[in-house]
Amino acid sequence: MNTNKNSYTLIYAVVMVIIVALLLALISSGLKSKQTENVELDRKGQILSSLQINLAGENPAELYEKYIVKELVVNNKADIISEKKGDAFAIDVVKETSKKLEDRKLPVYVANVEGKTKYIIPLRGAGLWGPIWGYVALDEDKNTVFGTFFSHASETPGLGAEISTPIFQHEFVGKHILNDKQEFVSIAVMKVGQTTKTQDQVDGISGGTITSKGVEQMLLNSIGQYEAFLKR
Amino acid sequence: MSKLFSNRTKEVFLGPLSKNNPITVQVLGICSALAVTAKLEPALVMGISVTIIVAFANVIISMLRKTIPNRIRIIVQLVVVAALVTVVSEILKAFAYDVSVQLSVYIGLIITNCILMGRLEAFAMSNKPWESFVDGLGNGLGYAWILIAVAFFRELLGSGTLLDFRIIPQAVYDHGYVNNGLMILPPMALILVACIIWVHRALNKDLQEKN
Repeated sequence: MNTNKNSYTLIYAVVMVIIVALLLALISSGLKSKQTENVELDRKGQILSSLQINLAGENPAELYEKYIVKELVVNNKADIISEKKGDAFAIDVVKETSKKLEDRKLPVYVANVEGKTKYIIPLRGAGLWGPIWGYVALDEDKNTVFGTFFSHASETPGLGAEISTPIFQHEFVGKHILNDKQEFVSIAVMKVGQTTKTQDQVDGISGGTITSKGVEQMLLNSIGQYEAFLKR
Repeated sequence: MSKLFSNRTKEVFLGPLSKNNPITVQVLGICSALAVTAKLEPALVMGISVTIIVAFANVIISMLRKTIPNRIRIIVQLVVVAALVTVVSEILKAFAYDVSVQLSVYIGLIITNCILMGRLEAFAMSNKPWESFVDGLGNGLGYAWILIAVAFFRELLGSGTLLDFRIIPQAVYDHGYVNNGLMILPPMALILVACIIWVHRALNKDLQEKN
């Protein structure tokens, strides 16, 4: 058979593409449920990480059931839209951010750690190369930071990527997001040596200035949406 | 069995493990070798993935070799490799999520791994399926063992662990031992690969160039 004819080449290419596309579609849809499960498990792990819980060797789903006692969905006026467990978890925070502030559904995870109530707020922002995200856990006073968790898609290893290390995340513990007059001011991430009098601050990462500023912006914007909820 | 392991097949299989190693002799696939070897686990998964993909891509291309139109043969090879890589990546996402997050883009980049296209074009296009399969296995394992050797030293000296189990006991740290942070950084992979190439050439005199 002459395999160099134009028609043969064309038909060969078309048939090949159809077969491969079918095969991949089949495999993708077959594994879909298992993959979503993994992604959700990973997110539960991230939420728990903000509570400084050691996840090593534990099943995040079980710990999530144990620690997260309530899931709230609020709006920016602090009205509670839903209290059903699972509702807050199902919210796509990135999608909500593209809506108008009044229309956004804001998830809050209420955790119970050794008898004390903690509020966990999801964070979304931008680093230098791509999105950064995380969770911040607040004490009962909705002011003091109990713990944080940050992660990133593609920050530079050794520089911006350091935001995902416990060393950086621990800096936030004990800082306050409200000032003395109970106004929301968030937490500043500053270069070593710089100081601010108006708000609490932590040291940024040397060589990761833009990512550090990204974290600062992310805290300001993401927690800012909850201002009414925090003051109630 | 004699046909299965004739001298030629044996040669095809064993060559890439040593004298014709894709990394140390042909210097192919270096990029991913540097990127995924900071820990042993991703290196293992990467080595296994590449072995499976190159072996099966070789078989498929070898079976199709008489039907593939010459003008689009590279495209056909790419489609086969890309399809296999996507399958492996999907399976990892479903069954080894942590590892797939760690390997991130490098699984996808197996498509551009020079070893694959090199073997398909140089071997599978002109050999029978069985030999091609063995050739794929040989090259994949040749790639894998270098990765594992590099990752072994990088994780042991850089983190004091192997497969995340603590190997260097806490007592040693208490006496002032410190992990070598340089081992975790990419340049150290390059230096370790170079050391392996050095030892390898010292042992195989016929690999040394004559000046």
